Amino acid sequence: MEFNAPAGQNLFDRAKIVGKSTPRIDGPLKVTGTAPYAAERHGVAANQAYGWIVGSAIAKGRIRSMDLDAARRAPGVIAIVAATEHEPVGTSDYNYAPLFGGNEVSHYHQAIAVVVAETFEQARSAAGLIGTEYDRVDGSFDLASSKDGAPLASEGGSDFAKLGKFEEAFAAAPVKVDETYTTPDESHAMMEPFATIAAWDGPDLTLWTSNQMIHWGKQAMASILGMPEENVRVDSPFIGGGFGGKLFVRADAVMAALGAKAANRPVKIAMQRPLMFNNGTHRHATIQRLRIGAERDGRITAIAHQNWSGNITQKEGENGTLQTPKLYAGANRLIENRIAQLDLPEGNAMRAPGEAAGHLALEVAMDELAEKLAMDPVELRILNDASGTVPGDPDTKISDRHLVRCLREGAERFGWSKRNAVPGQQRDGRWLTGMGVAAGYRAGPTTKSAARVRMSADGHVTVETDMTDIGTGSYTIIAQTAAETMGLPLESVTVKLGDSSFPVSSGSGGQWGAASSTAGVYAACVNLRRMIGEKLNFDADAANFADGRATLDNQSWRIADAGELTADGEMNYGDFKDGYDVGTYAGHFAEVRVDAYTGETHVTRMLAVCDAGRILNPLSARSQVIGGMVMAAGATLMEDLHVDKRFGFFVNHDLAGYEVPVHADIPHQECIFLDTLDPVISPMKAKGVGELGICGPGAAVANAIYNAIGVRVREYPVTLDKYLDRLPPAA
Amino acid sequence: MRSFTYERARTPAEAASAVATMRGAKFLAGGTNLLDLMKLEIEAPSHLVDVQDLDFGEIADTDDGGIRIGAMVSNTMLSAHPRVRRDYAVLTRAIQAGASGQLRNKATTAGNLLQRTRCSYFYDTNMPCNKRRPGDGCSAIGGSSRQLGVIGISDSCIATYPGDMAVAMRVLDAVVETVTPDGSTRSIPIADFHRLWGDTPQEETVLERGELITAVTLPRPRGGKHFYHKVRDRRSYAFALVSVAAVIQDDQTGQVAFGGVAPKPWRVPEAEELLPQGAAAVVSRAFAEARPTDQNKFKIPLAERTLAGIIADARS
Repeated sequence: MEFNAPAGQNLFDRAKIVGKSTPRIDGPLKVTGTAPYAAERHGVAANQAYGWIVGSAIAKGRIRSMDLDAARRAPGVIAIVAATEHEPVGTSDYNYAPLFGGNEVSHYHQAIAVVVAETFEQARSAAGLIGTEYDRVDGSFDLASSKDGAPLASEGGSDFAKLGKFEEAFAAAPVKVDETYTTPDESHAMMEPFATIAAWDGPDLTLWTSNQMIHWGKQAMASILGMPEENVRVDSPFIGGGFGGKLFVRADAVMAALGAKAANRPVKIAMQRPLMFNNGTHRHATIQRLRIGAERDGRITAIAHQNWSGNITQKEGENGTLQTPKLYAGANRLIENRIAQLDLPEGNAMRAPGEAAGHLALEVAMDELAEKLAMDPVELRILNDASGTVPGDPDTKISDRHLVRCLREGAERFGWSKRNAVPGQQRDGRWLTGMGVAAGYRAGPTTKSAARVRMSADGHVTVETDMTDIGTGSYTIIAQTAAETMGLPLESVTVKLGDSSFPVSSGSGGQWGAASSTAGVYAACVNLRRMIGEKLNFDADAANFADGRATLDNQSWRIADAGELTADGEMNYGDFKDGYDVGTYAGHFAEVRVDAYTGETHVTRMLAVCDAGRILNPLSARSQVIGGMVMAAGATLMEDLHVDKRFGFFVNHDLAGYEVPVHADIPHQECIFLDTLDPVISPMKAKGVGELGICGPGAAVANAIYNAIGVRVREYPVTLDKYLDRLPPAA
Repeated sequence: MRSFTYERARTPAEAASAVATMRGAKFLAGGTNLLDLMKLEIEAPSHLVDVQDLDFGEIADTDDGGIRIGAMVSNTMLSAHPRVRRDYAVLTRAIQAGASGQLRNKATTAGNLLQRTRCSYFYDTNMPCNKRRPGDGCSAIGGSSRQLGVIGISDSCIATYPGDMAVAMRVLDAVVETVTPDGSTRSIPIADFHRLWGDTPQEETVLERGELITAVTLPRPRGGKHFYHKVRDRRSYAFALVSVAAVIQDDQTGQVAFGGVAPKPWRVPEAEELLPQGAAAVVSRAFAEARPTDQNKFKIPLAERTLAGIIADARS
């Protein structure tokens, strides 16, 4: 099916199932522990052996030798695949540092061997007997000292853009902000580690794994191992969190495949937690300079956002500027995104790559500007709202935007009028209290997505697509879409996901999954309706499908009478979308209290008012938004991979050292969705929200801390050591 | 994890003798720290002597009005005990500020005293560490040290004792009771239990090889208001940046110990005498010899501010 023009009225505008809060259909499996996660799939292949990955002890250099004898003689050991005895594996379009690189070491904890044994304990024990000698070489591990002279990430596009005359306008502006903000490296720290069971059957490789993008994984694995794509099968029905860390196949899959080949047995690997942080990918640290100039009435005349990050091959940094051309008006603009070469582990996508870090700078700079203008920060944002076209790209139309409503409704519900504009003045016993606001923007992309629907003789419909459910609720919204389109109750739909033998979907990433995968399922269901119509001899496109029947012109057919049918469908998007910016918008509010003695910050309330078109399932969408808000609070308050600039690695590489929020940190969250529709995105008029929730709340928390204590910290995370000496007197 | 042999001891003497005579043997109690360290090969005992069957599970009143806490009493049981809640509230508060409910169910009184440091470099066997391999060097010095020690440390090691329970026990003047392999017993004041390790950071306590903790006794309650304030980057399940245990009397005198700053709960009697003069006086005396890094020097003003908050609460 082609989507070549904005959607008109369609069946989703009178929906009975889509758009209604619906408990997860996979919920019972999850709460009873019967949803099979990768490392628990004991039944998929007989005689599974266990693999243990050995990570490099240096960040950069060469392996001089590996003594494998003792490990090979250890009890239960079946095979060892070691860097010194194996060619480097190939590369793919989806990773920058080799996942198994022969003698060359390109980052700390890069896989240098896998030990395969009869038991997990034997594999782990034998791995400890491997003696590796290295020739360590110096590397570049410090972004701040590597950023000068760093080139643009690419010419043009989102990495370099000028509009009007920024320098002149900024110089002439009567009120201006010029500040630099830093955000640290962050880890996805998902609950389920990388995990794979790999098995060979002749030339065919099956990976039961945990992966967000099944088709990318299949392509990458073929490329890495130098084998035809059709010989690779990837299966990932349940994923225990990914946040972008599982967009790509990683060392668990590669080493399980190599280990299984060497052992001639299926091999299971669940990556040990201490390896996750340096072996896997992370969100890159950024340095961001914001310059905003405004008239005394608050109208922005000049805005520049410069961003620096670093990566191992100097590709694909963290582009903190992404939201800046979209959010606020202003005739004179500059965007620069530069990338330095670093020898730290590979930086790559983490939830709202670019924007999550970018809001932490832009939305604090806006708070600083509001203070200089003596304006309310909500009003400043509303005054500079964009309409019609994208401020940084006037040739591009805005599809549907209600940011002002988000901010106004949020302010009303949050009690924003009670905020004291003078910071450091609100007291509650020993606590200093404050409120903060931020706007949120995150793109609402779509990508082509396919599905297959099968109707059985009794009229039950089964959907098959390689779409994934990474905890987001994909199973449920796909079932809702199919039930709505076919006119069936939810119980008459079964959803099967995550298997590369199913039609290729959008996968889960970039908050494109909900909109794209449901549109693909809709396309397949429309084709099934047409097959039913042909079989029973009616015009399915004109008929109304409800209660298991199709009705047209006073005639009615029971759809099950069409018998067993299978329809494939795919939603493709036309060029017309290129003329539009499809975005999601939010107003984020936070309230904190800071202990005037110790500086401890407690978030007391958070609110997000979201504009993301039709919300397919408000229950699971809320769960996405509040999850993003938790992660955003974590980014502001504590998350921080400590770089050891001598040894070149992330030091705090376990869940004790890398702190993420606990329940006690997040006492009260609220999420409200506006009842908007975006006809440009898809026939569903629905945009994703998985990343909108992390774009802005962190800045709202940072602004609330400033409002509470009157000290501005521009170096994230905002921990007490950075402001303790400047707190107002405790009593 | 290396292979090891395992036995369950039936008597304290048997346990002490087993560990004393077998090279590389260690006691196993709750295992919440030791087993994790074994999985990472930071600890690699050849033999474990499990003491869970020993009769150390009771909390009893002592003749002098204090209590005797069996070595195997769980953190959960100890913190919830009515007499502890009533007479030694600082201990209840300290224990409940640590770990998680599940861990406190398993963690024992003796084991918690022996909890090893949480320094990230100690936990990464690729990194030099004098505590793991004496003579190897300390990679934390000059590295990531925000969480680490500011006083009582050495050029060999800047780690901290990470626990909470012992900090409260320090202000209560607890005594650690042990049995040695020859069957004799000794009583070690908690002030002397953890060592300032100097250039032997692998030796964290004064326990001899095979010496087994049987109990911890607390003297008669000293009244006063009890406080335990643990400052950390999140509100639960994190080690202290700084913690302060204090018992404050109506006349502003009292006892105070600091956690998260040193190889042992940090209590300086001469500093404590300055409590009526306020937090600044106490902390400047208690931390006079501090040698912080740029990353952790905030711990000293944080200790002062935390104590100031406690003193203010005590007065109100």
